[in-house]
Amino acid sequence: MKLRRSMMFVPGDNAGMLSNSYIYLPDSVMFDLEDAVSIAEKDTARLLVYNTLKAKIYGDIETVVRINGVDTPFWEADLEMAVRGGAEVIRLPKTENVNEVKELEIKIGKIEKECGREFGSTKIITAIESASGVVNAVEIAACSSRMVAIALAGFDYLVDMQTERSSGTEPELFFARATVLHAARAAKIDAFDVAYGNVNDEEGFMREVNIAKNLGFNGKSLIHPRQIELLHKAYKPTQPELDHAKKVIEAAKTAEEKGLGVVSLNGKMIDPPVIQAAQRVILLADYS
Amino acid sequence: MNLIQKGIAGTLESSDILVIINPQAGGGVQLSLQSKVEKQFGATIRRVIVEKLEALGVTDVVVDVKDQGALDCVIAARVQAAVYRAAGVDKVNYEVLS
Repeated sequence: MKLRRSMMFVPGDNAGMLSNSYIYLPDSVMFDLEDAVSIAEKDTARLLVYNTLKAKIYGDIETVVRINGVDTPFWEADLEMAVRGGAEVIRLPKTENVNEVKELEIKIGKIEKECGREFGSTKIITAIESASGVVNAVEIAACSSRMVAIALAGFDYLVDMQTERSSGTEPELFFARATVLHAARAAKIDAFDVAYGNVNDEEGFMREVNIAKNLGFNGKSLIHPRQIELLHKAYKPTQPELDHAKKVIEAAKTAEEKGLGVVSLNGKMIDPPVIQAAQRVILLADYS
Repeated sequence: MNLIQKGIAGTLESSDILVIINPQAGGGVQLSLQSKVEKQFGATIRRVIVEKLEALGVTDVVVDVKDQGALDCVIAARVQAAVYRAAGVDKVNYEVLS
């Protein structure tokens, strides 16, 4: 079970941030070759990210590379670098349909074979940033065995929907959040909520974190290191939640040792989903 | 790799390095380094630069470098980018980057 609470954006052309961002301990780091990098620096950003990946300075932090979209002249060179560099995950922006993911998947497999990387070891996260993407999210999430997560990106989506970000419960994002999340859960993959752009507004950020957490998102895309600790604290289980999770695991273990098919705790049946939820609570506690 | 023009990569920001490469006919590698950590890491920085030039088959070149405390991986990336720009080549051969 892999924790994906925080995916922090790091501009691929920023040597300082590439060199230092591991100190903030996000669950995943996303080296961005897309919006954060000007056209004039796409070439240098690729080499910076490639050498950063090769240096393995991010340790156990999951390394993600956001390539440029498949409708640009940059994505194939981005992908070549990322797969050969050893990126664990490719994030495809502005995903609108299954065909784009299939095209990406074929290209990844080809590069893996060429460079001797284990076939299938490069995973995919798709970012949904449009009405079309939301409508097709269920098919997109389930279309590849390489898919480990799906992310909703709010800015472009809201432009496409001809609306803008409000405060409160953010009704303008509700349908997209619910759809992307259901797509992820049906496909048994993780789901990232939108990034929150105002890094000085902790109250607004936490309001949004709680919406995402209560809906069931695994975490959020983040644009600033200071958001990481706040997010991880919000996902930290309470002591009663942790105590209960430990009792569930203990009861399940005892049942297994005794060869019992069904076990109960305080009169409630413990089945595999309950055990899985308890394992997740313990994992969250371990990493909080 | 055949260099045909001046190649520049990097910045003067902290943790980065600015690499300026000029091709020359013969004369080997002439390296000029300015670094705020030259006393501690000057030899290492020079070694990384020379290794990356050799890997790319660059033998005759004037290299002007201003380092702001870059990690080895950043030094490598900036040297490689400057060489590719000086060669006017877009497609990177990752097999030789090491």
